[in-house]
Amino acid sequence: MSTPRETTTGGPRRGEGGGTVPDRAAPPLSAGGTDAGPGNDRGTADARPVEADPVPDLLYSEEEEALRAVVRRLLADHCDAAAVLARSESDTPHDPGLWKALAVDMGLAGLLVPEHLGGQGATHRETAVVLEELGRALAPVPYLTSAVLATEALLGCTAGDDDAPPATGAAPAAAASRARPHASADGEDIDGAAPPELLTALATGRTVAVLALPLATAVVAPDEDPGPTGRRDERHGQGVRVEGGTLHGRITGVADAAAADVLLVPAGTGLHAVDVRQDGVTITPLISFDRTRPLAEVTLTAAHGRLLAADARSALGRALRAGAGLLASEQLGIADWCLTETVGYTRERYQFNRPVGSFQALKHRLARLWLETVHARAAARNAADALATGSPEATLAASLAQSYASGVAVHAAEEALQLHGGIGMTWEHPVHLYLKRAKADSIALGTAGHHRETLARLAGLTGP
Amino acid sequence: MIDAAELRRRTRELLATCPPATADRATFLRARFDAGLAWVHYPEGLGGLGAPRALQAVVDAELTAAGAPDNDPRRIGIGLGMAAPTILAFGSEEQKKRFLRPLWTGEEVWCQLFSEPGAGSDLAALGTRAVRVADGTDEGAGVGTGGGAGDGAGAVLGGEGAGPAGGGSRGAEECAGPDTGDGGWIVNGQKVWTSSAHLARWAILVARTDPGVPKHRGITYFICDMTAPGVEVRPLRQITGEAEFNEVFLTDVRIPDAHRLGPVGEGWKVAQTTLMNERVSIGGSRVPREGGMIGPLVNTWRERPELRTHDLHQRLLTLWAEAEVARLTGERLRQQLAAGQPGPEGSGMKLAFARLNQEISALEVELLGQEGLLYDDWTMRRPELVDFTGREAGYRYLRAKGNSIEGGTSEILLNIIAERVLGLPAEPRTDKDVAWKDLAR
Repeated sequence: MSTPRETTTGGPRRGEGGGTVPDRAAPPLSAGGTDAGPGNDRGTADARPVEADPVPDLLYSEEEEALRAVVRRLLADHCDAAAVLARSESDTPHDPGLWKALAVDMGLAGLLVPEHLGGQGATHRETAVVLEELGRALAPVPYLTSAVLATEALLGCTAGDDDAPPATGAAPAAAASRARPHASADGEDIDGAAPPELLTALATGRTVAVLALPLATAVVAPDEDPGPTGRRDERHGQGVRVEGGTLHGRITGVADAAAADVLLVPAGTGLHAVDVRQDGVTITPLISFDRTRPLAEVTLTAAHGRLLAADARSALGRALRAGAGLLASEQLGIADWCLTETVGYTRERYQFNRPVGSFQALKHRLARLWLETVHARAAARNAADALATGSPEATLAASLAQSYASGVAVHAAEEALQLHGGIGMTWEHPVHLYLKRAKADSIALGTAGHHRETLARLAGLTGP
Repeated sequence: MIDAAELRRRTRELLATCPPATADRATFLRARFDAGLAWVHYPEGLGGLGAPRALQAVVDAELTAAGAPDNDPRRIGIGLGMAAPTILAFGSEEQKKRFLRPLWTGEEVWCQLFSEPGAGSDLAALGTRAVRVADGTDEGAGVGTGGGAGDGAGAVLGGEGAGPAGGGSRGAEECAGPDTGDGGWIVNGQKVWTSSAHLARWAILVARTDPGVPKHRGITYFICDMTAPGVEVRPLRQITGEAEFNEVFLTDVRIPDAHRLGPVGEGWKVAQTTLMNERVSIGGSRVPREGGMIGPLVNTWRERPELRTHDLHQRLLTLWAEAEVARLTGERLRQQLAAGQPGPEGSGMKLAFARLNQEISALEVELLGQEGLLYDDWTMRRPELVDFTGREAGYRYLRAKGNSIEGGTSEILLNIIAERVLGLPAEPRTDKDVAWKDLAR
């Protein structure tokens, strides 16, 4: 497993401030962030009371807008539509140069990671803004998968270790994790980093980790009883078993696995860190519907892994919930691009001696689409804010946003294609890339219907 | 400069000199107006202090805490939201002094005489005629004397024969301006969808004063005395059975020139101020989850498990989520306004709620099944306020149909968003350079 360069971070200092766990209502970014990193004026979030009916902050702060501008500028320079299309057809569908600029140079992979673990100590609000821009550009980088899903899962593992002694020292990886009572419970081969060290590695952007689950895996509402059959455990740990201290099995449809250094593999109720650079791990690219977020099949044959948590169910739930909630911001970015591009096109495209955008039939469709994006923005901001503040309504907010925004992104891409007419159907025009991403996103991390079922449970609207 | 502390001081002074516990409601409201605490952003002497609009909340909070009566703004919304800003922007000093105080206190209710049977979405095509009267010859003057091009109006107004012209109007007696010299105007026409007309003392009125020029240029804006002879208000019964609105017939109605707002022929520009304020008034306060039309539906769903089906469940959840997202969108708009960053999002809210109200109430009727075949009351009634929750599902379903028509149809609002927010080109126009009298109708 790749580890952070020793020069970038010292040993993590968990527990320095009285043993507090990394908190999603994070302190403001320090001036120690990279120059291009985001500012943050949301330090007051700590003091915000958690009420039964909290008032979410649905606006963008000035710092969030500044962050957006920086990311958009970078993507304009490094990620135009033609380049995205060309790369999606190449053998290297991920863009390592762009990832380095975003994740390593700007430090954006560490937005959700607390400062004492080498991250930016920002929140889901800033992460959501980055995802809006990545969605708008269809940037082929493993941001959602590594900087959100895998990072959240690891944060979930560390959060469960409140009472564990803080790991200190400059080379703590193996030693610290051996201190965990469960780490070697089933005799696994321990050769990886414990969650804090892995988080630090992810925060630098030099290590990419991917949660080894099918992309369509959905969060399960926390109040849903998995039942005597343990359906929920099976769903997440399906297909991988621990045998003789090594991992065996096959997980298909894992997004961005080809870009990963580390796989976070659920098996049973546990979660294991698996270095991809070993003989027991095979990653086979699949022919993906959305080639800008390519899927792969992961095969583990006596693969060595490190047990990160014996019971990772809540960590996985946390990751999938944050992923679904923040995916809404990516979907908003997709919808926004489609709308803007189509409005521009219909203003310039002439038929019948008029711009086609002057025809009421088209105007009404675009006006409705605009209204949908306005609504999706409120839902996505609400989810980001609820996740950032650790609101008791975070699950509801995430499922609400995902149930709404996934349809808006698909609708926007479909309208973009239709209103572009013939050119919209061509391979050379980028609209099909957005359609494919939007459609794939509508399945990723739970369909709208799945999330509406979650809403039904949370809102007390049970079925017949 | 008036700041929050100063406003608080003045509010307490008002409460001390005119204690709500002992003063009657009208006296207190007049005193509040005279203290400049009615609408603090209005000028001094007209109920305000020229303070920032946001500071009104300071005054309102103090007065609410003291248990002071308010002016029942829901009842006089047209006066407060539409007539007042127009009078403030275009009225003479006399007009402002005469009209704003009783308007604000609610002693004089206002209505809006804009829409006509032949001019709905295309308001500028309105055909109600106002003809200037020659000096000193008020009686019997009027129809057809407005100059060469004037006769076209009759065709539109159809059947509005000149009724018996009354004597001098009571409005004229009360008006600040002289009733002599230029003899004023004689108005003939029909207006429709006029809420509060049966309660109103005054109306804002747009009428055609020059049929010979393109439609937007021949309109003049007036204040019309609703008690004047020739003003006839008839209830207009709607599909719900009740008569929330009215149609207003104007037959040789005399309006003194002192009751004209803005220059002759510039009524369209004046009306823009009115209509802009109509759209601004959406927004307001926070709505709780399941507030609005979704509330009765989910209550029925929770209380009546025997009505549930899988199909209804899927549709219910979709609408619940959409209603919640719309609520958050309204909340986001509210936060934008509070932060001084008004966005174009407001223009979409009415559209969104019209569709949601219609779909939610439709599902509610269907959910009720056999009971949905009944209706609570077809009696012709005249409600003062629209009350969605006091009636049953069938009423909600029928009343919500009006949400996509009143205050700008959804189709017109989509045009406005497309052209003003998205910057899409306008449709080619065939009516711009044609005299009103020559328009197809």
